[in-house]
Amino acid sequence: MKPPAFRYHAPRTVGEALDTLAEVGGDGKVLAGGQSLIPVMNMRLASPGHLVDIGGVEGLDEVVVTADGVRVGAMVRHRTLERHEEAHRRNPLLRQALSHVAHPVIRNRGTTVGSIAHADPAGEMPAVLAVLGGHVTVASVRGTRDVDAADFFQGPLQSSAAPDELVTGVSFPHPGARGGTAFEELARRHGDYAIAGVAVVVILDEDGRTASARAAFTGVGDVPIVVDLTDACVGAVPDDGIGSPDAVELARGAIAPESDIHATAAYRRHLAGVLLGRGLAAAGRRAVAGAEGGTRP
Amino acid sequence: MSEELHDIRMVVNGAPVAARAPARRLLSDFLRHDLELTGTHVGCEHGVCGACTVLIDGEPARSCLTFAVTVQDRDITTIEGLAAEDGTLHPVQQAFKDTHALQCGFCTPGFVLSVCGFLAEHPDPDDDEILEGISGNLCRCTGYQNIRRAVAQAAGDLRATGIPACGRAAGQGGPE
Ligand SMILES: Cc1cc2nc3c(=O)[nH]c(=O)nc-3n(C[C@H](O)[C@H](O)[C@H](O)COP(=O)(O)OP(=O)(O)OC[C@H]3O[C@@H](n4cnc5c(N)ncnc54)[C@H](O)[C@@H]3O)c2cc1C
Ligand code: FES
Ligand code: FES
Repeated sequence: MKPPAFRYHAPRTVGEALDTLAEVGGDGKVLAGGQSLIPVMNMRLASPGHLVDIGGVEGLDEVVVTADGVRVGAMVRHRTLERHEEAHRRNPLLRQALSHVAHPVIRNRGTTVGSIAHADPAGEMPAVLAVLGGHVTVASVRGTRDVDAADFFQGPLQSSAAPDELVTGVSFPHPGARGGTAFEELARRHGDYAIAGVAVVVILDEDGRTASARAAFTGVGDVPIVVDLTDACVGAVPDDGIGSPDAVELARGAIAPESDIHATAAYRRHLAGVLLGRGLAAAGRRAVAGAEGGTRP
Repeated sequence: MSEELHDIRMVVNGAPVAARAPARRLLSDFLRHDLELTGTHVGCEHGVCGACTVLIDGEPARSCLTFAVTVQDRDITTIEGLAAEDGTLHPVQQAFKDTHALQCGFCTPGFVLSVCGFLAEHPDPDDDEILEGISGNLCRCTGYQNIRRAVAQAAGDLRATGIPACGRAAGQGGPE
């Protein structure tokens, strides 16, 4: 299994990268960490004529934590983001989810933005971006635009970025001081793609009751499926448990799992509900701890 | 179209090396074919088995999922770079030997380098951390129990000797 021949481009600036992408058009692909692209090239499932390696492009390797969110540049490796203490403190869902992305050795090379650009419906980070209501910044010689997560993911491995567009970064809004988060998944072996997974955000009101709850599921649809659970959870006190049967029913109705060699659709639907129950409980607990000024484990 | 060749330079096990190769040359093949360092093994070639794991700037990575041309001027450590010049094994290698953590040995170079990277970050791992630390590597022979023991022994030996988890044994001239 050897990858097919391609022309290699190593731009040094975003401008150069965009010029090259415009020139090579649909025959070109961005190469970031290579942990998804190189396997498919090795298996000859993809044979782009040109690879535009963004590994040496200036200014794409920054994690910036602002008052509103965490902005992650295109060449930030999963591992770098996972280890980032300030990003973790303000937005713990990132590390909670990243620990489930592949194995540490893959995370050393793979990028978080690459995983979102790849739009794999089984990936963890697309669900995280979706549940937080984040956005993707894409650039081309035609200009730069921000795309909401809800509009970015179009189908399995399909995003709304055009072939000549580079995703320069993504922004993950913070859940906020009264927010708690959790990521729950089941994989056959730790580090494998999950059979199903869920990212959960619970926001409390000033009295410590649930003001809103959202979940985004991975592995049970063509794109990350976001379900607003507020109607089923509002007013619940997290300590009494907010993973109500209503919330689970609502979610099970919204997802569209398929059967494959790993699990049947019915099992995935069941599992998604179980994971949601755990996620709501954990996120609720953390929201309470956070609102009381404690650390959110 | 005749394939364009690139001048590829890097530092492998502390020594500068160079060769001309096409952009599609995987780091695993660059090490094995161009540099004749066949200690790096190739199993699945799509990132799943871990046999091809090497250290890039001290961090474990799949050499089968890395184009050589993308690691110009980087520091690469392969299994050949761990024992001391006089043949003294690195504590991780010695632990694999002592605990019978290998049978056919095909997976071993990848395991050893993954474990080096893991122990650099977790000098005193508990059993769960060890399991997770080796979860990215497959072994068809041992059943993993002796590999767990090897990691635990190596952790203790590294702490006792102060030898760097990702450097050459006995600290002789290897990349730190
Ligand atoms: C054994 C194994 C297990 C894995 N398990 C998981 C898992 O459990 N969960 C998970 O989420 N992922 C998993 N992955 C994938 C891993 O997370 C990848 O690193 C990630 O999906 C892609 O990031 P990358 O930087 O490697 O992208 P690349 O492989 O370089 O690129 C992937 C695709 O995205 C495009 N792309 C990348 N960056 C950009 C950009 N900035 N702008 C435009 N297009 C871009 C590329 O053109 C390509 O089409 C696994 C990979 C392996 C090998
Ligand atoms: S050969 Fe690289 S992971 Fe299997
Ligand atoms: S010792 Fe044979 S594959 Fe591991």
